[in-house]
Amino acid sequence: MSSHKFENKVIQWLDDRLPIFSVLQHDAIDYPTPRNLNYWWNFGSLAGIMLVIMLLSGIFLAMAYTPNVNLAFGSVERIMRDVNYGWLLRYLHMNGATWFFVVVYIHIFRGLYYGSYKAPREVLWWLGLIIYLVMMGTAFMGYCLPWGQLSFWGTTVITNLFSAVPLVGDAVTTWLWGGFSVDNPTLNRFFALHYLLPFVLFALVFLHLVALHTTKSNNPLGIDVKGPQDTLPFHPYYTIKDLFGLGILLMFYLGFVFYNPNYFAEPTNYIPANPLVTPPHIVPEWYFLPFYAILRSVPDKLGGVIAMFGAIVIFFFLPWIDSSKVRSATFRPIYKQIFWIFVIDCLVLGYIGSQPPEGIMVPLGRVFSVAYFAFFPLLWVIGKLERPKPLPQSIAAPVLKGSHASHSDKPKEKA
Amino acid sequence: MADSLTSASNGSPDDQSRRDFLLYASTAVGVTGTGLALWPFIHSMNPSADTLAMSSTEVDLTPIAEGQAITVTWRGKPVFIRHRTAAEIDAASQVTLTDLRDPESDETRVKKPQWLILVGICTHLGCIPLGQKPSDPRGEYGGWYCPCHGSVYDTSGRIRQGPAPANLAVPNYTFLSDTSVRIG
Repeated sequence: MSSHKFENKVIQWLDDRLPIFSVLQHDAIDYPTPRNLNYWWNFGSLAGIMLVIMLLSGIFLAMAYTPNVNLAFGSVERIMRDVNYGWLLRYLHMNGATWFFVVVYIHIFRGLYYGSYKAPREVLWWLGLIIYLVMMGTAFMGYCLPWGQLSFWGTTVITNLFSAVPLVGDAVTTWLWGGFSVDNPTLNRFFALHYLLPFVLFALVFLHLVALHTTKSNNPLGIDVKGPQDTLPFHPYYTIKDLFGLGILLMFYLGFVFYNPNYFAEPTNYIPANPLVTPPHIVPEWYFLPFYAILRSVPDKLGGVIAMFGAIVIFFFLPWIDSSKVRSATFRPIYKQIFWIFVIDCLVLGYIGSQPPEGIMVPLGRVFSVAYFAFFPLLWVIGKLERPKPLPQSIAAPVLKGSHASHSDKPKEKA
Repeated sequence: MADSLTSASNGSPDDQSRRDFLLYASTAVGVTGTGLALWPFIHSMNPSADTLAMSSTEVDLTPIAEGQAITVTWRGKPVFIRHRTAAEIDAASQVTLTDLRDPESDETRVKKPQWLILVGICTHLGCIPLGQKPSDPRGEYGGWYCPCHGSVYDTSGRIRQGPAPANLAVPNYTFLSDTSVRIG
């Protein structure tokens, strides 16, 4: 591990006993990264930075928040009005959740497009999905904490999903609540877990990175790295590229924080929780909407819950559902099309989820839910039928050839 | 990418200093920006607006008879208000300043001689000294006695014996009328 030698004797002394410097050198500086990564590869590090921003703002918010049904709503308002920069911390945290999910969704779809889930990166993919699931749990419990009307009723609706489980459903729901309805014990445990889970996420991200640095990064061509001519050291090439991407992300994120901080928030949640009155229209946060649409599209309680969880669980099997050996959609003309159809399907489901379940929205929800699940068997069939375009010899080859023969450095056009 | 690699390898010295300038300038901006971004987080731990709004306390002095003392809360701390007797005032003002560990004359510690107003926290390690109730031990000098480590204060709240380094603190206060005082 500590093959690297440092000039500074103190650093060398410490490194011989605890190899933090050689690990950093190996994994953050020298780490051989494919030379052809495009900007879609920024979103992993951006997600990591969003996690850190959420941890920081959350820890400081927790210092001023009170998890009690009588005090929670007021303590959040006190944060907004009285705590120094409390409004900034809360808006950073609220909008941070949105941009964390934006970044993670792009990161997941990047993996889908370029086949990053395929051998040898299955475990890397699984860890990513577990991170996503834990993120959703954390976000859901965080939404409960301000104890507004949507906090209360969102928590009630989602925890009631578990009552669909046959036989033990009601017992499980009561156990989740710690009582006979969503109440103080629920709020207390959600606060404890909402504080805990981000650290679990941090550990999972660490494992995700260990898996990544074991199998190495995929790249837009989806072919393996053949040698040093195919890679660049991570620093400074990709640190600078990631920092540039961070600048762009911060412009969007802070733009909302400072100029439209409640754009993604529901006004109903500024009404204190009332267990006796359900608001007329309950919608989850936007990042749950596609799954909410699937849940509502199944006219059966248990069936809807299974479909909703199945919509995520099915991704764990993706490395085996996709029967094509070619990773990148760049060389898969048919897959590329159904990938984009799938993206659009998810967006439409999100829109349907945001609308009241009436009129045309009900049949539309069913059609697009079926289309969502049709993507997976189709993926298997296409892998068998599709004739992929010829793959380049190596990552460096088309670039080097391209510099001899004018500008045609796009491999797919030469085929 | 191939282009940037070749231009980097045959860069002129002029290019090099330009690169250095860009590197140092962007590092400086980045470090300054991060530092400024951390300030809201640190400042959020300082007293909030509602805490600061509670920072003064008004006290009605009418019910306090001569020789009596009361304790009021100010900024979460106990404040001793003692209606001193003539004997206590005499005892406090006749002390030779050179005998004191923390020399302060009684006149500088009061606005009206009969009203002694002090922060009731021992300057040693923060306990609350005894001496407010008639039944409390008041120490050798008739002021206050701290039960934690045995510091003894006189009738002006000055340290006379024991480990405490300084006199009991005098808070800022203003007499709003003869019978009413605002602390803070």
